Amino acid sequence: MVSPALAPDDVVKALSIEDSMAYLKSKHPDAVSDDEREGYSGVVVQASKLVEVARAIRDDLGFDYLSSATAVDYLGAGDHMEMVYHAYRTSGGGALVFKAQTERENPEIPSLVPVWRGADFQEREAWDLYGIKFPGHPNLRRILMWEGFHGHPMRKDWREAYYEEEQKPFDNRWPGGHVHRSEEKNVFGKNVTYPPDIDLNRLMDTSESEVYASLGLGVDVERILDKDGFETNELVVNMGPHHPSTHGVFRMVLTVDGETVTSLEPVMGYLHRNHEKIGERNTYLHNIPFTDRLDYISSMGNNHGYVLAVEQLMSLGRKYNPPTYRCEAIRVMMVELSRIVNHLWAIGFWLNDIGAFFTPVLYFIQERERILDFFEAVAGSRMMCNYMRFGGLFGDLPERIKSVSNLTNDRVRDYNTMQFLTEMVNERIPRTIDELEQLLTQNEILLERSIGVGILSADDAINYSAAGPLLRGSGVAYDVRRADPYSIYPELDFDVAVEQDGDMYARYRVRVTELRESVRILKQILPRLEATYGESIWADGKPGAYAPRVPFGEAYGRVENGKGELGYYVVSAGGRGGSSNPWRYHVRAPSFINLTPMGLMSSGYKVADIVGILGSIDIVLGETDR
Amino acid sequence: MDLNLQELEKTEFPVPAELENNIAITSLSQLYNWGRRNSMWPMLFGLACCAIEMIATASSRFDFSRFGFEVMRATPRQADLMIVSGTVTKKMVVPIVRLYNQMPEPKYVLAMGACASGGGPFKEGYNVVSGIDKYLPVDVYVPGCPPTPQALLFGMIALQRKIDGQSIANGDDVPWYGIGPAEPTPVPVLGPDIIDPRQMDMIRRQAEAAAEDMAMVGQRELPSATQLVAAKVETAEDAGAAGAAISDDALSFVLPTGGNPWTEAEEIREKRRLRALARKAVRASRRAADAEEE
Repeated sequence: MVSPALAPDDVVKALSIEDSMAYLKSKHPDAVSDDEREGYSGVVVQASKLVEVARAIRDDLGFDYLSSATAVDYLGAGDHMEMVYHAYRTSGGGALVFKAQTERENPEIPSLVPVWRGADFQEREAWDLYGIKFPGHPNLRRILMWEGFHGHPMRKDWREAYYEEEQKPFDNRWPGGHVHRSEEKNVFGKNVTYPPDIDLNRLMDTSESEVYASLGLGVDVERILDKDGFETNELVVNMGPHHPSTHGVFRMVLTVDGETVTSLEPVMGYLHRNHEKIGERNTYLHNIPFTDRLDYISSMGNNHGYVLAVEQLMSLGRKYNPPTYRCEAIRVMMVELSRIVNHLWAIGFWLNDIGAFFTPVLYFIQERERILDFFEAVAGSRMMCNYMRFGGLFGDLPERIKSVSNLTNDRVRDYNTMQFLTEMVNERIPRTIDELEQLLTQNEILLERSIGVGILSADDAINYSAAGPLLRGSGVAYDVRRADPYSIYPELDFDVAVEQDGDMYARYRVRVTELRESVRILKQILPRLEATYGESIWADGKPGAYAPRVPFGEAYGRVENGKGELGYYVVSAGGRGGSSNPWRYHVRAPSFINLTPMGLMSSGYKVADIVGILGSIDIVLGETDR
Repeated sequence: MDLNLQELEKTEFPVPAELENNIAITSLSQLYNWGRRNSMWPMLFGLACCAIEMIATASSRFDFSRFGFEVMRATPRQADLMIVSGTVTKKMVVPIVRLYNQMPEPKYVLAMGACASGGGPFKEGYNVVSGIDKYLPVDVYVPGCPPTPQALLFGMIALQRKIDGQSIANGDDVPWYGIGPAEPTPVPVLGPDIIDPRQMDMIRRQAEAAAEDMAMVGQRELPSATQLVAAKVETAEDAGAAGAAISDDALSFVLPTGGNPWTEAEEIREKRRLRALARKAVRASRRAADAEEE
């Protein structure tokens, strides 16, 4: 490659990551430079030229999929704010990482929403948690916290009410041998602090228009609500956060004209439990059980993504052994079992939403229980498995699958592990999928309800950064396991599920195909487990360090989880010989970003379709709000 | 305890011979409780991870309908039991309190899991409420993260036991057996941080202190049981005056000092310990004296 800037379009679109970076530098010599910090990759783009460069990245270089956009606060390490973007090609390959920096006081970075609509919620999150303004953003309001909250909590100098120390483990958790509860140290006996200039007289406005004022609906609620009589049938309908069909504490505000939805605004943050702030105080190992609680349906998959990201960082250092083959095989098996659980759950609850209330889902939960029994026997917990470790696992598979206690209505479980798995993979799960298909796939009611509803086109799906079954249901065959392979997926034989229609039914079909593909993968894993029987799951035969020192740098580990692409952006900075706590710990949550096109997919459909469309996206609030 | 009809027929009251197998005699409390404990409908209301285990408990393998938790209702108006299943965030506690106020009495709250009981692993987070009991009265706490379905069932059975022990005669114990409607729990307000209307006075004082450049630092000892009872009586008296639940006495354990809160907490604990030891000694000597008299 002599002069990348002069190459024809299709060649430029196939440039490697390094050549793409060279292309950008030659095209925008004064705005793009290499990121030369130790352990970092990608390019730094001057904020004023960001939109222009982003267009070049998308249109010239073909990185059409913006996976993640997140902020980092480098207080005391350069004293600047930074937005980090990871862009991918939907044809596959690695990330083009680009960054834009701004000062900490009055941070401002131009919005990339005009280039990638998928940046919408992520930029709102950066404004909410870091206070970075995005000129050009159509609706820059808080997304996880409420309007009026004091401060931007993820900034390194912002401290929560129960603040103790910057990093864990805390020096002395029990001074003098006494346990302290955080409540005792707070004046109010609660997890609260108030700014000194609090004005109590302005808080009590609970008028209807005030309730919707902070949402940026783009409609005049006052006008709609003020009309007397039956002159109009335009309405504002609030759904959630307490609603049986919002899959948790999710809220949607719809404006409807009769039965037809004219606009929809997702409102979230009702389960925002500060995963990232806590994660930056924790040590690296501390975070593994926290990742379980992101997408709590498929906790094994969450473990995997985080472990991959930290392993990427650790591999920069000298003392690092990659996991053994057996370890990788067990990981893949666990992740695929979680995917089966996830899709069974997703299909079951989607059917709840479109009217088959709680009958089909009982069949799927029954099968899920079987898999959870296996998780419980292996990892010790049904749901929060906390199973993977850096470079290994919590433990090898046990010889026998046993029940923790003898339940009164449960036969005592005691099976040979491999026998149990073989029966599950070869008989039980395929039988459940057959049953599922027999009941649903050609079911007239299901077809009527779901075909042609909630359509998302392929271009929109890519532009809105949709992921997982939502993206593949729109005809984009993009699966991280194939597009950017990790673990032992390259040697496994499976197909990427894809459907062309982009409606609810297409997403259902994608999930069913993925169930079958997961079974296909599991069938290949079983002989690998038998072949590696007796081998260690740790490279050097003993477990890794409790508090590993992780070398400087940044890493983005991503996996194809049940809900879509789950990414972890981890920055290690500070401390000699690496750090024991992440400086930045960000979760690219598929449930969160998949909601960006929710408004687009819903407008024009009937109110009764909305919950179905939401169910077909398949969100879980632990991950949406983090 | 379940109503055993066979037992109830054996009564001390005289029953005519022809009615012997047709009349059962029991107390009203027992009858009330029997009906209540066996038709306890939970609200279909999931917050976080625990909700998934709650659904598993409701589905066929564990099936809490067997114990009278027949069916989950999505509207609070038809629910008797609120299972707070997951992390309570500041943003969510406002609707939760509202839902609780909308539930008809008798109503019960079961805090499921570590988060709902006390904040759990996310306690330190800036948007997390340290347990739903900061806002609502909780009847049963179920530990676990998340509790297994078996643990949740155990908690529900514990709630039934608790109901068995309630009596119409004791209005303090069970407010809804008393006279008149209960006061609704004040709904928190989202300001710069979440505001409990019951603490409004205190926040005002803090703002005043801040205006005079005297920050209110120091710690607050968690009120002991007796203080809580006292506070309850006060709220009942001036129920009309919104947000004045915290009296001057209750405020007195806010120490406006600049000292080290850790050592101060230590001192307070030490004092308490000494007081407890003194009380113990007094009791012991009194017992000895009684024994001598006998």
